[in-house]
Amino acid sequence: MSKYLVKRIGYLFVTIAIVSFIVFMMLFFTPGDPATLILGNMSTEEAREAMREQLGLNSPFLVQYFNFVKDLVLHQDLGTSYITQRPVLQEILEVVPNTLILSFVAIVIAVVFGVALGIISAVRQYSLIDAIVTVFAMIGISAPIFWYGLLMILLFSVQLGWFPPSGFDTPSQMFLPCLALGIQSMSMIARMTRSSMLEIIRMDFVKMARAKGQKEVWVILSHVFRNALIPVITVIGLQFGMLLCGALFLEVIFSIPGLGRLMIESIKMRDYPVVMGGVFFMSLCVTIVNLITDICYALVDPKIAKS
Amino acid sequence: MNKNKKDTKTKVTKSRGQFAIVLLSFKRNKLAMAGLIILFILFLTAIFAPFIAPYGFDTTDYDNTFQQPSAEHLFGTDEFGRDIFSRVVYGSRLSLSVGFIAVAISVVIGGTLGAIAGFYQKQIDNLIMRFMDILLAIPQFLLAISIVAVLGPGLFNLMIAVGISSIPRYARIVRATTMTIKGEEYIEAAVASGTNDTGIIFKHILPNCMAPLIVQISLGIADAILMAAGLSFIGLGIQPPAPEWGAMLSGGRNYIRGWAYMTYFPGLAIFFTTLSLNLVGDGLRDALDPKLKN
Amino acid sequence: MENNKLLQIMDLCVTYKTQEGLVHAVNNLNLEISDKETLGFVGETGAGKTTTAMAIMRLIPCPPGKIEKGKIFFEGEDLLKISDRKMRKIQGKDISMIFQDPMTSLNPVMRISEQIMEMILLHKKINKKEAYAEACKLLELVGIKKERADDYPHQFSGGMKQRVVIAISLACSPKLIIADEPTTALDVTIQAQVLSLMKDLKDEFGTSMILITHDLGVVAEICDKVAIMYAGSVVEYASKEKLYLNPSHPYTKGLFNSIPKLDTDEEFLEEIDGLPPEPTDVISGCAFNPRCPYCMERCEKEKPGITYLDKEHYVCCFLYENK
Repeated sequence: MSKYLVKRIGYLFVTIAIVSFIVFMMLFFTPGDPATLILGNMSTEEAREAMREQLGLNSPFLVQYFNFVKDLVLHQDLGTSYITQRPVLQEILEVVPNTLILSFVAIVIAVVFGVALGIISAVRQYSLIDAIVTVFAMIGISAPIFWYGLLMILLFSVQLGWFPPSGFDTPSQMFLPCLALGIQSMSMIARMTRSSMLEIIRMDFVKMARAKGQKEVWVILSHVFRNALIPVITVIGLQFGMLLCGALFLEVIFSIPGLGRLMIESIKMRDYPVVMGGVFFMSLCVTIVNLITDICYALVDPKIAKS
Repeated sequence: MNKNKKDTKTKVTKSRGQFAIVLLSFKRNKLAMAGLIILFILFLTAIFAPFIAPYGFDTTDYDNTFQQPSAEHLFGTDEFGRDIFSRVVYGSRLSLSVGFIAVAISVVIGGTLGAIAGFYQKQIDNLIMRFMDILLAIPQFLLAISIVAVLGPGLFNLMIAVGISSIPRYARIVRATTMTIKGEEYIEAAVASGTNDTGIIFKHILPNCMAPLIVQISLGIADAILMAAGLSFIGLGIQPPAPEWGAMLSGGRNYIRGWAYMTYFPGLAIFFTTLSLNLVGDGLRDALDPKLKN
Repeated sequence: MENNKLLQIMDLCVTYKTQEGLVHAVNNLNLEISDKETLGFVGETGAGKTTTAMAIMRLIPCPPGKIEKGKIFFEGEDLLKISDRKMRKIQGKDISMIFQDPMTSLNPVMRISEQIMEMILLHKKINKKEAYAEACKLLELVGIKKERADDYPHQFSGGMKQRVVIAISLACSPKLIIADEPTTALDVTIQAQVLSLMKDLKDEFGTSMILITHDLGVVAEICDKVAIMYAGSVVEYASKEKLYLNPSHPYTKGLFNSIPKLDTDEEFLEEIDGLPPEPTDVISGCAFNPRCPYCMERCEKEKPGITYLDKEHYVCCFLYENK
């Protein structure tokens, strides 16, 4: 177990290192001259040249990358915004709590309801409730999140007036975006739980548990579900990355100051350090969540824990 | 007399081929067939768009802006008086072509990388798959955003961004299948009889990857279309006035109070497209992999 | 009929709904087993052996399966009529089951001690510590060191897993064990070990056993009675000796002819013509008639009833009706 953990954590650092390289490479190759962006079109060529020198843009690629990593590791410095001239990390940290709250609440909704619906629909296969869950899950994974997010505003804010259509300060403001974000992952998790349960439920050890005279509820929970959980954990882990991207749309639709919206606005203003900082930050979150997933995996699956 | 009976019996049991069974199983799946029919209609719409659409997709009519849906304008008109129905019809061309071309890009690149990794294994495998793992560490949509950020918006760049960001999943599938097939005896037989590596990959291994790949392609096109629409929605994909469904939704968002129909139809179009592809993909998976079916 | 029968199955019919149509998995099956007896249940794949076993355990998945009619008396009580709750008290405690594939009959995420304890705790009023001690004792009994009690199934070989399954099935000293091809999935050398272990433990515990198999050699080794099954019903039933000396049903004869004999020098083995019927086919008359070398006109129209050749030997075939 500890060996497995060390290996996974080592892997985390390698991944972060390479992601930082990819991010930097993209930053390096993005078109447009940062000095012009900072100083404006009216600036003189001398001023721009001085700015380039100051930013270290005249050094070779690898030197620039080395400086980028050095700043990142030693000073937790992701660079400076071209537009606001403030540290990128500071800009990100200001908005990231909203994104994390949104994603966290959504994933809790998704896991709780997704797993429950998946179990019910697998246990009552071919029943009415199974049909309903299957159809809704299919709709949930097919409908674009930015569309049903809008439809939810239309219904709950414009028509019924139950929830405000924008902002993210009060629980009533948080309700709609969290729900919208949760629905998509919930559908995926419900589908995965259902199919994984159905695969396990036919296995001999389940019959064996019934043949022992075990109550059906316990057969399902302690035998079927514990086994079905292994692929479900993978999906939950993968969902987190999708959730962060889904959050981006909902931040736009519900006007929530979050990481996704910051990145989109920065792309439009060609403020690439902020964009790439955001990409890096999100990838970091995803990698950490993957590590947590791997640990959960080891806790559930004895084959991993022992080897 | 007994002999005759026996013969007919054996014939009945053995006459169906693998492909026929898959086809039959797919045909029995009502949802999958529904998906296929929707998809077929979408294709016809895209091909015959100029004949179906009553107006041009960019024909403005400033006397008839913000018209509610009516017989004249089935889905109403937008802020420039453009017919939303015509725009949705033309939009099918954009979405389907982005979806299919992007997936073609990722299948060709991902499939080749996966086949190489699975076939040669060892260091090459390690190198390719570690790189894929790292691409997977960046959420797919985020990767597409970063690529668009570098390349700039537009139809072509959108295809590339969506295509590149979904390479890893195809690489993984092809690699896994290749590794299974490579262990089979008929591959050893082909090696022993002097077929070269390329021959083996193209003649034996790739055809065998088709089943899992087709399923993934069908689901992948749905994802690609969603992603492309999403990028256009946030203004990083296909730019207005092109009748892209995601961009149309983004435009409609500004008029959601009062002119909600502007958000209904482009969204429905995306929804039915991805739904049909997902249904077909699910149906194919069930038909090709009976072990997963119940 | 006598009352010392432990289990008596009467006119059991089980059907399954499939995409191809209704499958009559078990058709008017009659069977009985006495105390401490071992019954060999022989037939080809798809003959309905496992379905019968699942019906006794009341584990037929419904839908798609359905017990259409019949009675299953266990110690004088019809198992098909009692409540689920009462049935759960019988499952495991009085009747336990050993499944075909030991690779899949143990839960991969539970320690084997937990899996044995589960059985014990369900049926005996003892605490966890005592149950654990008992589980260890059972493991030693089947030849596994008790130090391995906390291991997971993937750490055992197939034969060892089957030993664990046997330990589970014996945990509550059941009156009847149903073993569904317990050795088919194992290596030949392991098969013999597991079989002799089962035989010894069966004698030690004094339980009855239904051994489902398609291997007549296994039957010869440990069974007292044999039931030959074809297309969902028993076509011949006899004590082992009588069946081996005097196989009577054409199908039984065919089975015996297809075994190589050591004392004669044969170049070819005789085979039974044709294939078992498709599960969805309903054959009029005797189910074996399309493959039967002695088929008469009557066989295609009527279903043969039970003909007793002897006190404990019956056969379902018109050939013997008038004798």
